[in-house]
Amino acid sequence: MAGHSNYVPQSAAAKWLESRLPVISLVRGSFVDFPTPKNLNYWWTFGGILFFVLIAQILTGIVLVMHYTASTDAAFASVEHIMRDVNFGWLLRYLHANGASMFFIAVFIHMFRGMYYGSYKAPREISWILGVIIFLIMMATAFMGYVLPWGQMSFWGATVITNLFSALPLVGEPIVQWLWGGFAVDNPTLNRFFSLHYLLPFMIFGVVLLHVWAFHTTGNNNPTGIQPKTKQDTLPFHPYYTMKDLFAIVVFMIFFAYFVFYIPNYLGHADNYIEANPLVTPAHIVPEWYFLPFYAILRAVPDKLGGVVLMFGSIAVLFVLPWLDTSKVRSGAYRPLFKQFFWIFAAVCVGLGYLGAMPAEGIYVVLARILTAYYFAHFLIILPLLGFLEKPKPVPASISESVLGGSGSGQPAGAVAAPETK
Amino acid sequence: MNTMIKSVRGAVLALAAIAVAAPAMAAGEVPNIERQQWSFSGPFGTYDRAQLQRGFKVYKEVCASCHGAKFLSFRNLAQPGGPGFTEDQAKVIAAEYTVPKGVDEYGDPVEGPAVLSDRWPSPFPNETAARAANSGAYPPDFSTLAKARAVASGFPGFVFDIFTQYQEQGPDYIYNLLTGYEEAPEGVDLLPGQYYNPKFIAGQSLAMAPPLYADSVEYTDGTPTTVEQYAKDVSAFMMWVAEPKLEERKNLGFRVMIFLIVFASLLYFTKNAIWRNVDH
Repeated sequence: MAGHSNYVPQSAAAKWLESRLPVISLVRGSFVDFPTPKNLNYWWTFGGILFFVLIAQILTGIVLVMHYTASTDAAFASVEHIMRDVNFGWLLRYLHANGASMFFIAVFIHMFRGMYYGSYKAPREISWILGVIIFLIMMATAFMGYVLPWGQMSFWGATVITNLFSALPLVGEPIVQWLWGGFAVDNPTLNRFFSLHYLLPFMIFGVVLLHVWAFHTTGNNNPTGIQPKTKQDTLPFHPYYTMKDLFAIVVFMIFFAYFVFYIPNYLGHADNYIEANPLVTPAHIVPEWYFLPFYAILRAVPDKLGGVVLMFGSIAVLFVLPWLDTSKVRSGAYRPLFKQFFWIFAAVCVGLGYLGAMPAEGIYVVLARILTAYYFAHFLIILPLLGFLEKPKPVPASISESVLGGSGSGQPAGAVAAPETK
Repeated sequence: MNTMIKSVRGAVLALAAIAVAAPAMAAGEVPNIERQQWSFSGPFGTYDRAQLQRGFKVYKEVCASCHGAKFLSFRNLAQPGGPGFTEDQAKVIAAEYTVPKGVDEYGDPVEGPAVLSDRWPSPFPNETAARAANSGAYPPDFSTLAKARAVASGFPGFVFDIFTQYQEQGPDYIYNLLTGYEEAPEGVDLLPGQYYNPKFIAGQSLAMAPPLYADSVEYTDGTPTTVEQYAKDVSAFMMWVAEPKLEERKNLGFRVMIFLIVFASLLYFTKNAIWRNVDH
C-alpha cells in the first residue's frame, strides 16, 4: 500500500514523523496515489458508500447509547424517550434504524457486483472471504441491534433465532441457555446483545481495513476483469475516485434521507412499536427484510436441523465461491451464459426474500423449496459446469483498449487474449 | 444450450407469475382497509390543529377511561407541531388530573394535581385491574398505537407505498376499526363481551364495545358530531401521540433534500471537470 506512494516528506516535522512511523506515505499510498483502474463504473462506488454507512452507524449509535437503557423494564421507554424528548433524537434513531437497511442494500449491491464481475476470483479470494466475514458480522450486529428496542418483534425474533441453535444434537439446549443467560430471552440476553452490538461494529471496521489491504495488494478488479498492464490503464485514487465516490455517496444520501424523513417506518415492522410481551406471540414472526431470503431457506426445510444447516450453508457456500467458479474469464461481461444465470440467480434471491415475508404454508413453501434448491444449484452445479460449457466472448487486450474500442466484441483477432481459445 | 436457456427463462417466468398470483389466494385473511385522506400525509403534511384538539377531546372524554397514553406528557399538548394548546391551557388540562406526587415527610404516598411535566395518568392501576374490568382484554396504551397497527399492503402495493410515501397504515386502520362495527351475521356465535367487527386485524370480533356514538362528544367549532368524524379526529390525534415530531421531521427533511440535491449536482460537475481528459 505504502509502496504506491511517491511521497517525499518536505518539512522537518514530516521527515521526523516519516522516519519513525511512515503513516503519511501509508495513507497517501492507499487513498491518494493508489493506482486504480480507470474504467470502474458506478457499481464500484458501493465500497465507499459502505464505508460511509459504517461510520454513520457508529456515530449515530454512539449518541443513541448515551440515551438508551439496556433493561427489559426500561428499554422500550428509553427508545420512546429518544423519539420524544431528546433533541433530534427522532432523527438519530431513524437514521440508525434505516441506516441498518441502507447498509444491507449497499452490501447486497456490492456483493452482486463482485459476483457479476468475478471479483472473488484469483488473486482476490482473500478480499472476497474477508467480505463474507464482514457480511456475517453485519448480520449478527443487525440482529442484535433489532432486539434492543425491546418491541414484540425484537423479543420474538430473538427467541426464534436463538432457538435455532437448539436444533443441534446434544449440545443444542445448553448452547441456547448459554446464549440467553437463562431459560428464556430476558434481561441477561438483552444486556449481552447490547454489549455485543456495541463491540461488533468495531470488529467490522477492523476487518474492513484487512479487506481494503487485501484488494489494494492485488489491485482493484474492474469491469473488464483484466489486470491493468500499463500506467495508461490506471488513475491515481485522488482526485479521480475520491470525487466520483463522494458524488455517489451524496446521491446515496438522498436515497437514505428519503427513507429517514418521509417513510421512516416503511422498512420496519409495526409490531415493534408494541412493547415486548413474552406471553403474547405475534401472528407472524418475520425478521427484518434483509434476512428474509435466509429465513425462507430456513423454513423451506421440514426438518429444523436441516433448515438451520441449509441457512448457514447458504452463506458458507459464499466462502468457497472462488473455487466453485471454474471459468478462466473473470468478468461476466464476456460470459454470455453466465450473464443469464447471474440475473436468474439475482431474481431467485429476490423471490426468496418475498417468500420469507409470506406465511410458511401452501404454495409459498413449495416455491421456497424450488428457489432454495436453485440457490444452491447455482453455486454447486451451474457455476462449476459453466466454466467448461461456456464459450466466452473475446476479452480485450487491455483496459485502455476496452475503453477506446467498446466492450470487447468486434476487436481485431490479434488483440484478443487467450481465454477465448481455450 | 439455447434451449436450456429458454427452458430456464420459461421456468423463471412461471415462478414470477405464481409469485404475483399467490397473494390473491391468501387475500381473504386480512381486513380490507379503506385509506383515508389525512392532512399529515405526504412530504409537506402537517397536523390539523383543530382536528387534533377535537381528537384530544374524544380521547379525553371517551377513550381515556380505558386507554392510557403513558409516554404523553401534558407539556406535549403545548409543544410545536401538536394540537396547539397554549401553555396556560395545557396547565388547566393537567390540573384536572390527579397523579402520584412522591411521598410526604412521613413516607406516605401523596397525590396532587398534575403539572406540565407529568405524564398522562393511566386509567387502571395495573394490567390485571385493566383486564378484570374489560372481559379479560387489555386496552392497549395509545402512546405508540398508531404506529403499531398496519395491515400489509401486499404485492405490488408495498412497492407503490415507497413512492406515495404511505405511512398512514395506523390511522387508516384505527378509523376503519372504529367505524367498522356491524351486527354479527347469521351463524356467527360470539362469546359474551365480544363485538363483531370485520375490520379487526386479529379475528372477527374484539372485546371493545363500539366506543363512539353520534353526538356523544360536544364539538364547539361546528364540526359534525358523527361517528365518522369522531373516528377521524381521534385517529389523527393518536397519530400525533405516536409521532409527535412528524412536522419537524418533514420540515427538516425538505431542507435536507434540497441541500443534498444541490450538493450532489455540484459534485457531479466537479467530478466531470476532473475526469474530462480521461477516456473511461
